[in-house]
Amino acid sequence: MKYTGNVIKYGDNVDTDVIIPARYLNTIDKKELASHCMEDIDKTFTSRVKAGDIIVAGNNFGCGSSREHAPIAIKESGISVVIAKSFARIFYRNSINIGLAIVECPEAAEEISESDEVEIDLDNGIISDKTTGKTYNTEPFPPFIQKIIENGGLVDSVKAGIIK
Amino acid sequence: MAMTMTQKILANHAGLDSVTAGQLVLVNLDRVLGNDITSPVAICEFEKMGVSNVFDKDKVTMVMDHFAPNKDIKAAEQCKMCRDFCTEKNVTHFYDVGQMGIEHALLPEKGLVCAGDVVIGADSHTCTYGALGAFSTGVGSTDMACGMATGKAWFKVPSAIKFILKGKLGKYVSGKDVILHIIGKIGVDGALYKSMEFTGEGLSSLSIYDRLTMSNMAIEAGAKNGIFEVDEQTLKYLDEHCSRKPVVYKADPDADYDESYEIDLSEIKSTVAFPHLPENTREIDKVGDIKIDQVVIGSCTNGFYKDIEEAAQILKGHKVAKYVRTIIIPATPAIYTKALENGLIRIFMDAGCVVSTPTCGPCLGGHMGILAKGERAVSTTNRNFVGRMGDVTSEVYLASPAVAAASAITGKITDPAEVMGK
Repeated sequence: MKYTGNVIKYGDNVDTDVIIPARYLNTIDKKELASHCMEDIDKTFTSRVKAGDIIVAGNNFGCGSSREHAPIAIKESGISVVIAKSFARIFYRNSINIGLAIVECPEAAEEISESDEVEIDLDNGIISDKTTGKTYNTEPFPPFIQKIIENGGLVDSVKAGIIK
Repeated sequence: MAMTMTQKILANHAGLDSVTAGQLVLVNLDRVLGNDITSPVAICEFEKMGVSNVFDKDKVTMVMDHFAPNKDIKAAEQCKMCRDFCTEKNVTHFYDVGQMGIEHALLPEKGLVCAGDVVIGADSHTCTYGALGAFSTGVGSTDMACGMATGKAWFKVPSAIKFILKGKLGKYVSGKDVILHIIGKIGVDGALYKSMEFTGEGLSSLSIYDRLTMSNMAIEAGAKNGIFEVDEQTLKYLDEHCSRKPVVYKADPDADYDESYEIDLSEIKSTVAFPHLPENTREIDKVGDIKIDQVVIGSCTNGFYKDIEEAAQILKGHKVAKYVRTIIIPATPAIYTKALENGLIRIFMDAGCVVSTPTCGPCLGGHMGILAKGERAVSTTNRNFVGRMGDVTSEVYLASPAVAAASAITGKITDPAEVMGK
């Protein structure tokens, strides 16, 4: 699977309260959640994000609450991939479970700049910054997790009998 | 192969003799938990799986605590969706207004968690039950749905950091100060993906409630779980609350830990986490002059009877400062009743506080105590992220019930010893 898009960049410890503030958790409507995505740290996000765009961030992305509404809001906003130096563990599992592509790569997360055009080859774990011409290699997911992703997330994995 | 406490519990629940850090395992679950925010998403996912019933009606638990009593029509619809699901599936442990308390205070009190259990909850503070010697961790709604359907969850076996506690806590210092001190030391991602394991002779001086507070905030250091070695106090608590037999796992003496810290409890001072991260800690004598507008005493971190009692002891005979809204939230109906019977509610009312029904409300900026632009709160809750309790320019200072109560009296962040005159 390959993704190409332009980068929207954030710093360290982007928490789930700013990704989707709790005051909006009285709904599970994906579009409504997406309409408030990032608004507490970046009021321009929802107006400038385009389908396929890529978030690049620092350490501990998605820390805090277990709300799955956070990766759902990001995915529904049109973001194709999140690259970070590291992810908070619940956000990491949630992203895999709902089928939001995430890549942990400290070097790429450090060097890639806002607005760069980036291509991500998830199968081979290769990130290419088209703007700077630099490429980065990442660790592929363990086979068990690849299997969940190949099956379209956790729900479909249960249906497929991988987890029973 | 030598294992940590966490690894032993996971190996047992995966049906394996041993596991090593990094290994992926599919484990059997003793309890699957959700609340009124996370369960609706889980119910939608559950319906997609084409499963007719939950794996075990006694092991699924839903607690309506976040936006309940319903804060608006949408919140009411979410609670209704949970209520309808639990009625249809005949779920035994569904807790609605009247029976519900804040989930992580309620489950131990109801005896729904035992030492040696594996618990997942679609709430990040599910790590609280590590205090009772269980492996418990927060997950998302899809994991909850899968857990409700199959009774299983996948985990990467974590490595661990060991905290060896010694000495005794000083006056007005509690588990909250210890965990804030630790988070200040290792950072909000200091234990990312890992277990925090607490052991040492200092355990004996920490009550179960101090431990619940500490395990509760393991997630604030990024940890997968925070677990205490089971001792006499744990067994006594479980004997009083839980009908099941505890299964005690001790770490092997040669178990591998990534890091090890020795913490002398007697050296820990009252500690406050400044905005906007729980790692921004300062000892009470270094906080400076911070004027406040609101105090919240409650939450899954510090809404236990012990916490409410500590706050009452400080507030007794005092009035809260003018313009400081002081909101006390006993975490469960049983705690509320005990506080009523023991005269604590009267102390709070006389001091000019309000006492709320159990709810997570203000902790996550839901309802029951939202902050306006630029306002500051001292709160016994667990997170002080940007906009957590209200407007994005508001500020939350995390502290113990004793510091919060003392601060309510003076209107600025205050050392309880100062108010108590010693």
